[in-house]
Amino acid sequence: MAILRNFLAKRKRKQDGTEELIVPEGMMTKCEACRHIQYTKELEQNGKVCVKCGHHLKMTANERIAYIFDEGTFEELDAHLQTTNPLQFPQYVEKVQQDMQQTGMNEAVKTGVTAIDGQCVVIAVMDAHFRMGSMGSVVGEKITRAVEEATKRGVPFIIFTASGGARMQEGVLSLMQMAKVSVALQQHAAQKLLFISVLTHPTTGGVSASFASVGDINIAEPKALIGFAGRRVIEQTVREKLPANFQTAEFLLEHGQLDAVIHRHELRQQLSLLVRMHVGGAQA
Amino acid sequence: MTAKLLPFEQPVEQLRMKIAELKRATEDAEIDMSHEVARLEQKLHEVETAVYTNIRPWDRVQIARHAERPTTLFYIDAICDAFIELHGDRLYGDDAAIVGGIGMIDGQAYTIIGHQRGRNTKENVKRNFGMPHPEGYRKALRLMKQAEKFKRPILCFIDTKGAYPGKAAEERGQSEAIARNLVEMAGLTVPVVSIVIGEGGSGGALALGVANGVYMLEHATYSVISPEGAASILWKDATRAEQAAEAMQITAPHLQKLGVIDGIIDEVLGGAHKDAVQQAHILKEQITSIFATFKELTAEQLVAQRYQKFKKIGQFLEN
Repeated sequence: MAILRNFLAKRKRKQDGTEELIVPEGMMTKCEACRHIQYTKELEQNGKVCVKCGHHLKMTANERIAYIFDEGTFEELDAHLQTTNPLQFPQYVEKVQQDMQQTGMNEAVKTGVTAIDGQCVVIAVMDAHFRMGSMGSVVGEKITRAVEEATKRGVPFIIFTASGGARMQEGVLSLMQMAKVSVALQQHAAQKLLFISVLTHPTTGGVSASFASVGDINIAEPKALIGFAGRRVIEQTVREKLPANFQTAEFLLEHGQLDAVIHRHELRQQLSLLVRMHVGGAQA
Repeated sequence: MTAKLLPFEQPVEQLRMKIAELKRATEDAEIDMSHEVARLEQKLHEVETAVYTNIRPWDRVQIARHAERPTTLFYIDAICDAFIELHGDRLYGDDAAIVGGIGMIDGQAYTIIGHQRGRNTKENVKRNFGMPHPEGYRKALRLMKQAEKFKRPILCFIDTKGAYPGKAAEERGQSEAIARNLVEMAGLTVPVVSIVIGEGGSGGALALGVANGVYMLEHATYSVISPEGAASILWKDATRAEQAAEAMQITAPHLQKLGVIDGIIDEVLGGAHKDAVQQAHILKEQITSIFATFKELTAEQLVAQRYQKFKKIGQFLEN
């Protein structure tokens, strides 16, 4: 394996004299944590968890849905909503269109009705590859409608968050999406329905400070960055060195902010069990 | 005491000084300059109107941040016949950056909660510049739930640069504290009115803002991020804050146009700090008339109205 990998990779001599492997695009992927180079296919089969160090690489929304939920059950909602440019920000529409082409999505979240081990759930899966998963009007509206759909159907709502926070280019309208999703979640909760929030890398800012943090169950993937304010901002304000694990899933767990940190390989089974405990098993 | 002047007010001040000078000079003199003085006073009125009616966003930011701008506690004191401050979140501590309590306005009890800035260095140290920690939001929520139990309407004053970005705040769950308030406010069965009286900065402001009626004072700002923060993210240059203030559309007229707020409350000419007592008087009248519009709504209708109100916010195409 190592021989073949070294054979495929070209070597580039760096300025400091060490050699770096240049990997042919697509076929091989380098783990961003341990730098281990592995077959992309092998990595994908492993749920994008590094085969060597166990680091959880980012998933796209499509990969996430395929990995967690029952095959062939996903019916997408609101793929037709389109972002506009309410503040007339230069190049905003162009940037969104670029990401639409690259990701094949209409915005930074994919929502729909699906099943997990045959149990119906409504899901929202954010995608950090689209404008860093930032939330503007369309993201807020799609998540709100998904929550409303879950309320209407009387089923659990599961969200996978991955977001840098509110989208600057839509200004205060982005901020207000935090409130919009919250009013929908309140109605869902009032019907005594289950809401599970799965926080993935990264979940920060306005998304962290709204729906991501108020699940009946809050779960995170290992090492995911989760926090309200950016590390640099905090370092500038408090003028002290922050611990290495600051704002990681493990740090939040230690400080009582999460119910559990769950390895991606266990996630499907654990989510399914949680849904069953609330839906099937909860009928008194 | 006259308030510290802002750069954009200079033309008004120069003219005012000129008139004063002229008056002094003619007091003992034999020449009658009253005609000239009257002419200049007329001019002053025109200049004032021009300066204060076309205030640029960046100048409004300066007014909203003015050191002498009336704060939550000033308004509470001026508006209420009686007020009892209530402290603490019952979990960790008492955050002085958010104040709350029960106040009587014209014989009606309200729960009143607001961000509290300091007006000098000493106060600002105590108040953490009006930037709350999680315990501040949890105190606010405790008081809101208490209000709900006793069927008291809730009045919130928003006036913060934002929730505090610190290590302890993260450890104690700043995100969760804000998020919890958004969801819990959505379900409150009593009328809630929020008024942005100064700066409404991001999630830390919104955590007191999921209300049946959201209003802004004329020169207040409400934004997803400070102009300085926006400039440093968008252009990697915090000194372009003035430009960001324009681009981000953060003033009361902008927010009304975007459908985010329900109305604008007039300020005295030049800003609330020019005559805080008069401003409190204007505010009190508005508060009682705004709450009157929610008086007839049942608990379910109040929750439904809040839902519909926030559900509408946002712009997109449905193709």
